[in-house]
Parts: sequence; structure tokens; C-alpha cells
Amino acid sequence: MNEQYAGPVLEFEDVSLTYHTKAGETVAAKGLTFSVEKGEFIAVIGPSGCGKTTVLSMAAGLLKSSAGEVRVYGKAPERGAEYFGYMLQKDELFPWRTVEGNIFLPLEIKKKNTPEMRARALALAEKYGLGGFLKHYPDQLSGGMRQRAALIRTLAAGPEILLLDEPFSALDYQTRLSVCDDVYGIIRGEKKTAILVTHDISEAISVADRVIVLSKRPARVTAAHKLGFGGVVPLKRRESPQFSGWFELLWKELNL
Amino acid sequence: MKNNRPPRTPHEKAQRAEIFIKKKAACSPEHCLYLKGVRRKTVLVQALRAGVLLLILGVWELIAALQIVDPFIISSPSRIAKMIGQLASDGSLFYHVGTTLWETLLGFAIAVAAGTSIALALWWSETARRVLEPYIVVLNSLPKIALGPVIIVWFGTGAEAIVFMTVLVGIIVATMNMLGGFLATDKNKILLLESMGASKWQILKKLVIPSALPDFIGMLKICVGMAWIGSIMGEYIVSRAGLGYLIVYGGQVFKLDLVMAATFILCVLAAGMYALVALAEKLILKNRS
Repeated sequence: MNEQYAGPVLEFEDVSLTYHTKAGETVAAKGLTFSVEKGEFIAVIGPSGCGKTTVLSMAAGLLKSSAGEVRVYGKAPERGAEYFGYMLQKDELFPWRTVEGNIFLPLEIKKKNTPEMRARALALAEKYGLGGFLKHYPDQLSGGMRQRAALIRTLAAGPEILLLDEPFSALDYQTRLSVCDDVYGIIRGEKKTAILVTHDISEAISVADRVIVLSKRPARVTAAHKLGFGGVVPLKRRESPQFSGWFELLWKELNL
Repeated sequence: MKNNRPPRTPHEKAQRAEIFIKKKAACSPEHCLYLKGVRRKTVLVQALRAGVLLLILGVWELIAALQIVDPFIISSPSRIAKMIGQLASDGSLFYHVGTTLWETLLGFAIAVAAGTSIALALWWSETARRVLEPYIVVLNSLPKIALGPVIIVWFGTGAEAIVFMTVLVGIIVATMNMLGGFLATDKNKILLLESMGASKWQILKKLVIPSALPDFIGMLKICVGMAWIGSIMGEYIVSRAGLGYLIVYGGQVFKLDLVMAATFILCVLAAGMYALVALAEKLILKNRS
């Protein structure tokens, strides 16, 4: 579906969000405007607590904006719409289900648990090196493998847009680099549109086509850069001479 | 029974021997030593456990036998055994054990089922939770025995009253424990399911209930104890049969042998029921760390 849609896949237009709690109200985002094209890999960076996750929640239809408009394929996003796949900081695999059972979870929730969909999900798992672990329980897997299983689970129902909420931050540095490479390869291989939010500048530079910089709360876009690395994989990007230039620039923009 | 296995060929024998040697070789000398130490420690603990019991029984028997304290007052292991034998031979043992056992099991089952259901309802509706919270707290701290007279008036002096008392003692604990378990469901996992578009019912079925399974087992363990408290307490207040009845009756007529015998059987039954729950725990949670 949505194959023919020509406009931006995701648009934020002058979006504001205010949280209400007993202690008072918090303006999490104000006048947020940006858009994401089909097939793009966008990284959204911002200082801690600036409302990056809020941005994803609004895109996924989990939170309604207080003002302005969020559009996905030109329409208001629907919670649990089939074009979305959401990946969280931790893998959140269910320990009582096998890897296979975890991968089938979105199919069960979205009522798409058909033999064809299951076969598709299993083929993905096979393709990305989880074939031998399908009957294992998450506790028997390494951190990197678990995160990979979480990505396959995210992809199982065939989403077109991936919302990634700091999916590597719970991993140790070594694993993070290799999983980052993995995930990048898988997302590119499956030709998905992806939005990654992170506070890690180097991670953003190493995966994204475009980086959007958010200000402190209330979040608004302070800068956006096309990186121009093309299809260079994350580890290679980290070695490239442009890397440190981008890093310095983004570092300054984050600390404005 | 006769062994029907055909005799092993020399080749098979050699193979088996090889496997055996490999198994042995899989553990390095230090590791073997370590394992041996662990085994030895386990055996020691078990031997000491049995020793403590034997010591207590021996000293008790001796004190009674030497009339240091009158066995009329403290009874003795041999007199308790004789009493149990006597109860068993006239059949009243099984009658009383059966009565208490089914009252306890029925009360336990109702308390667990109702407590879990109430907890589910309270998980589902935050408003209901907030409205009912003070009532649950008060009911939890109320000593249930205070309701004894009310129970007698409402339910009479039959088994219904005892089962009701058993339910009463267990249900609030069951509710509070399960509600705690349901509410402790990982928020991020809920978020994950919500992002997939899960309904509240799906979240309950796929996540909240399975993740609260260890809490359920924990609650069962607590409720085993609660059920015995309830049934024996109930039998103290109103009864014509059961172990609690035997204890009260034995106390009133100064038959300490009977009191001790009934108490001993109670210990065995309660331990057995707990062991069953522990076994269920092992089977159900074997795949979780």
C-alpha cells in the first residue's frame, strides 16, 4: 500500500504539544516543522529530555498534538497503523515466548497471523541470521542478537516506516557498533523509511541521510543537514574524514 | 520385572564406554573437585536437617519417658504415633482429615479464583481501583476472626461457615498480590503493544497475564498458608469435625496426645500442599530465568 504516494511520507507542520500533570503543564514541543521523504533515513538529535520520544509518539499516533498537524501519507496518523514499526531502547522481547513467538507477536496483534505472513517473517529471520535461534528463549541470546530479534519483530508485519527510539543505547559500545551496522544494513536492504531519535551525535552521523537538530524543551527544529554519505555503512562513515567535521558542527548546534 | 533388552554387542559396549569416558573427561580435575564439594555440602545440609528433627524427637521422648515433665502435659512422639494409629484404625482419622482438607481446598480455590478476578477488574478500571482502595486496605487489616459471630449467624454451624472463613482470610491477600503483579507490568512493553495497535484486551491477554504468572505462583504460596489459617480458625469457632475440631476438643478434655497428633497431621498436610505449589512453579516457570 501507499506505493504510489508521491509526497513526503511524514510531515510535521507547526506542531506543538503540551503535557498536563497535577504539578503543572509542560510544553514539550512548539512549532515543530519537518518532513521525511520516502526511503529516507532521518536522525533526530537533541539534548536529553528535549522531547525526542514525544516526536516519535506523535508520529505513531500514540499522542495527539495540541496544535499544528502531523500527517503520514497526507493523513492523520492512526495508532497501530500497519505502515508503522516501532522499536524501543530495550529489545522488550517477552521472556516467556521463544524468538519465533516474539517475532510473530505483531502478526497476532494486527490479526495478520496467516501462514504467508508467518513464512515471510521467518524468511526475514533466516535472512538476517536468526534462523538457528528461533526456538531459543530471549534469555539465551546475547544483547546484540536480542536487538536483532527485536528488529525482525518490528519488520514482521511488513511496515513501511520505522520509528526507532534510541534502539542501541542499552547495548555496550562494542555491540552497539556492530548492531548499528546490522540494523542499518537490514533497513537499507528492506528499503524502509526510518526515523531514528538519539542523543548520540556519532550514531546519528553514522546511519542517517539527514540529521534534524532539536533545541532544548520546548523542542523545535534548529538545524537540518543532508550528510551526503550515500550508502556508506556506519563503520566506514566513522572512519571517513567528513565524520569529525559533522560531529563538531552538530555538537555546537546541540549546545547552542 | 524381567529385563527385555537384547544383550549389547561388544561394539555397542565399547561405544557406551567411550561416551562415559567423554562425559567424565568433560570436567577438568578442579571442576570435578568443585562439583564434589558442592554435592558433599548438599548431603551435609540434608543430614543435619534430619538430625535436628531426630534430636528434638529424641529429647522430647526422653523427657517424657523419664517423667522429667509429665507426659500428660507435653505428650511424646511415641504417644502421638500411637494416637495416630488409633485414629487410623477406627477410621475417624480419614473422616477428620478429609473434612478439613476439602474445606481448605475449596476455600483456597474460591479465594484464588475470586481474588484473581477482582484484581483483573481493578487492573482494567483505574476508577474502580481508586474508589475501592480504602475498602480493601481496611478489609485487609481487619482480623477476620472478628467476623466469627456474624459468620455463624449467616452461614450456620456447618462446613459452609468454615469455607466462608477460609475464603475471607485468603481473598484480600490474593487480590492485593495479583493487582500488584498486574500493575507492575513493564510500561515499555505496554507501549510496544500499543504502538502495534493492540486493544486493552490484547494487552491483558498477551502481556499482563503472562508476565504476572510468577506473581500468581507467589500468591498461591501465600494463599496455601492463608487457607489453612482460615479453615482451622473456622473449625475453632464452629465445627463438629476436622483437625481444628480435634485440636479444640483435645484441649478441652486435656488429651494432649490428640492435640499434638492433629497438629502433626496438619503440618504434614500444609507442607504437602506447599510442595505441590512449588512443583507447579517448577513446571510452569521452567523457561524463565
